[in-house]
Amino acid sequence: MHGTRILDEADRLMTVCNSCRYCEGLCAVFPAMEMRRAFSDGDLNYLANLCHACGACYVDCQFSPPHEFNVNVPKTLAIARAESYAAYAWPRVLSVTFARNGLVISIVAALSMAAFILGFVALTDRSVLFGVHTGPGAFYKLMPHNAMAALFSAAFLYAILALVMSVRAFWRDIGDPIGGRADGGSLLQAIRDAGELRYLHGGGVGCYNEDDRPTDRRKLHHHLTSYGFLLCFAATSVATLYHYLLGREAPYPWWDLPVVLGTLGGVGLIAGPIGLFVAKMRRAPELLDQERYGMDVGFIVMLFLTGATGLALLLLRETAAMGPLLALHLGAVFALFITMPYGKFVHGLYRFAALVRYAQERRTEST
Amino acid sequence: MGSKYDVLVIGGGNAALCAAIAARRGGASVLVLEGAPKFYRGGNTRHTRNMRCAHDAATEILTGPYTEDEFWKDLLVVTGGQTDEELARHMIRESKDILNWIVEQGVRWQPSLGGTLSLGRTNSFFLGGGRAMLNALYLTAERLGVAVEYDAEVTDLVIEDGMFLAARVKRPIDGETEIRAISLVAAAGGFEANIEWLKEHWGEAADNFLIRGTPYNRGSILKMLLERGVQEVGDPTQCHAVAIDARAPKFDGGIITRHDSVVFGIVVNKHAQRFYDEGEDIWPKRYAIWGRLVAAQPDQIAYIIFDSTVVTSFMPTLFPPIAGRTVAELAGKLTLDPAALERTIADFNAAVRPGTFDHTILDDCRTEGITPPKTHWARRIETPPYLAYPVRPGITFTYLGTRVNKEARMLMKDGRSSANMFAAGEIMAGNVLGKGYAAGIGMTIGSVFGRIAGREAAKHARN
Ligand SMILES: Cc1cc2nc3c(=O)[nH]c(=O)nc-3n(C[C@H](O)[C@H](O)[C@H](O)COP(=O)(O)OP(=O)(O)OC[C@H]3O[C@@H](n4cnc5c(N)ncnc54)[C@H](O)[C@@H]3O)c2cc1C
Ligand code: SF4
Ligand code: SF4
Repeated sequence: MHGTRILDEADRLMTVCNSCRYCEGLCAVFPAMEMRRAFSDGDLNYLANLCHACGACYVDCQFSPPHEFNVNVPKTLAIARAESYAAYAWPRVLSVTFARNGLVISIVAALSMAAFILGFVALTDRSVLFGVHTGPGAFYKLMPHNAMAALFSAAFLYAILALVMSVRAFWRDIGDPIGGRADGGSLLQAIRDAGELRYLHGGGVGCYNEDDRPTDRRKLHHHLTSYGFLLCFAATSVATLYHYLLGREAPYPWWDLPVVLGTLGGVGLIAGPIGLFVAKMRRAPELLDQERYGMDVGFIVMLFLTGATGLALLLLRETAAMGPLLALHLGAVFALFITMPYGKFVHGLYRFAALVRYAQERRTEST
Repeated sequence: MGSKYDVLVIGGGNAALCAAIAARRGGASVLVLEGAPKFYRGGNTRHTRNMRCAHDAATEILTGPYTEDEFWKDLLVVTGGQTDEELARHMIRESKDILNWIVEQGVRWQPSLGGTLSLGRTNSFFLGGGRAMLNALYLTAERLGVAVEYDAEVTDLVIEDGMFLAARVKRPIDGETEIRAISLVAAAGGFEANIEWLKEHWGEAADNFLIRGTPYNRGSILKMLLERGVQEVGDPTQCHAVAIDARAPKFDGGIITRHDSVVFGIVVNKHAQRFYDEGEDIWPKRYAIWGRLVAAQPDQIAYIIFDSTVVTSFMPTLFPPIAGRTVAELAGKLTLDPAALERTIADFNAAVRPGTFDHTILDDCRTEGITPPKTHWARRIETPPYLAYPVRPGITFTYLGTRVNKEARMLMKDGRSSANMFAAGEIMAGNVLGKGYAAGIGMTIGSVFGRIAGREAAKHARN
């Protein structure tokens, strides 16, 4: 007996799969399963987070429903995965956020955006808010740089702290038989596997989404989204360095590094989430974790909003729309930061941790 | 009435799809009629994992060469010579090319595994298993323009003088219709799911058989062909049967109900008596003999009995072993006579001679002074908890079939070959397999003869 009903089901399936093993060439989940005969909660959460939801083991399984063995690995692991996010959340009290995540995220986002707009209105007079500002420091006419930096550093540091604590709890739970720290080789291997989404490929043909014809579209859109996010993050980091090291103030000209990075990232954050959203809408219902729909969509929408407001700001920053757009963009980014530890964002970290563990297990096994 | 195709393929498994693809590539218009609904398409092929092909050198997927000659010798051993040498050798020769041809049809192989099944040299494993393999074949067939209908059971064949004219097909919505075609490929599997037919040859015992694969292989096409003048081949009691978990479903339990723990213990019948040398032979031969052995026992039930020292020595099983802290307790749970089981185990333990255990070779652990002996891998059963798996005969597929020649063309009872009827797969496996089985050969028979049948059927249709 396990902690939850879905872990009981995951255990049943892993027992079926372990006596079958036909899928062992498809992804890391099955070889990892084969290293075990019994499954603790931690083991199951580990396997659940190793799964990239490519759907291959459902389409290829001779026992998927309507067969009486009723084997649906992708869906079961998807639910287990989502439940694991809540199980390891820090602080514990906020784990409830996962349950109605879409709603929570929309409220937080709406509130943050509204707060920024109202704050701007309250702090500045109308002529400043709707005025045209250009040149270095233009943004800070609306919000002093130090205020902006303090607010966002606080939100960011909180997010980092919460994420680190959660991943640590996860790591401890899944590492039971091995324990200890990740070694460099395993880390590198995991970075490579995560970077290329090695296991979102159905064993080589692509991912199964709306039907039994695999494609690489979900992988592409996932790449656009995650690399878009990383580029935006890089843009912000470079801008911070510019500010403190070189004393150069935003906004920067369009050809400057932060803007180039931000623009590319913004495009990724618009195209990627749209693609993922469309895929989600069309995904075969038997592969979907419908209950967690809100969490997935909430996160996709947040990323999209961040990208879209950012690009709009870039395009219209020399017009009177800059003020309101800046408020919206800052609101979106703020909301993204503080909701990160309590939504789909964590899947990237847990998956990465699982990949590190897998690389480690492989290395231990082969030595 | 009804539409007319160049080639009509009956069945939806490996043999049928290879035939359909080959016929379509040969320029023919092709219709595949699969009696099962879409999910169950592909009969027993859904449950397969690997295929045995000859090859001259190691590859990415195979650990070493497996020559035509070696393949032939293996086949000769398992069949005890009951095989059509000319056809079998032809199949083995063609199997070399199939290894690549099947990849060209979209099927992917898995890099060689090692581990639990020591078949890395002779057999290629489908990446994702048989259903993945089928999915690839169906996608290719559809892309090429092969028409496929599911839930389309063929209920009658119009055959005149060894010549196929039309088939009647029952569809759930439109009712019965007739479909004409210039050539026919029969690839509708064996009759293992037809318990009544099995009973004709096995008697009431067949009621206790479990059918490992599809419930849709009822042998109706085979029966019609034999009734309409096609020559039969093979013995109706010969089939591939293994001992599978008695708790498995009646049909379609697939691969995961198997047991390979026999070498680690003893096997007793419902009287708690041993009945065969559990150490006779190496996997996979020992795997394939226990179905028949159990079928010959009262009530077709037996129990593999072992102790806690070996539980992690074999593949994890779907159903957990039944456990008892004492032999008597275990016997109680199995509804065996406790005294009898205690005696059997005590006698066995007393007869075990010391040796060095190695389940990968015929080792020197054996018994002395009991019948039947356990000639290898004999070790005392003495460390509680005592464990058991109940097993029944699990029928994989039957060997009675239609006789064919090297063109996969059916031969009629009068010795002539049919003008336009071809057969491939299980339905003609008996030509090659008079008895016995070598792992992975079912798919070889289906792919090789399927491809030939499709090619020849198309050639006939377009002449
Ligand atoms: C559990 C299990 C594991 C196996 N593993 C292996 C393995 O690893 N390697 C190997 O080589 N072999 C294996 N086999 C044997 C292998 O499955 C068969 O040899 C092979 O599938 C035969 O292929 P086929 O196309 O002739 O028949 P099938 O794949 O059984 O196809 C027959 C088709 O005919 C259809 N059909 C039947 N009657 C009608 C009708 N009246 N009208 C229309 N359609 C009809 C059925 O629905 C089915 O689709 C295994 C079998 C089982 C049960
Ligand atoms: S998903 Fe199905 S085919 Fe794959 S290993 Fe599990 S039981 Fe076997
Ligand atoms: S990654 Fe794909 S093949 Fe692997 S468990 Fe998840 S859905 Fe199945």
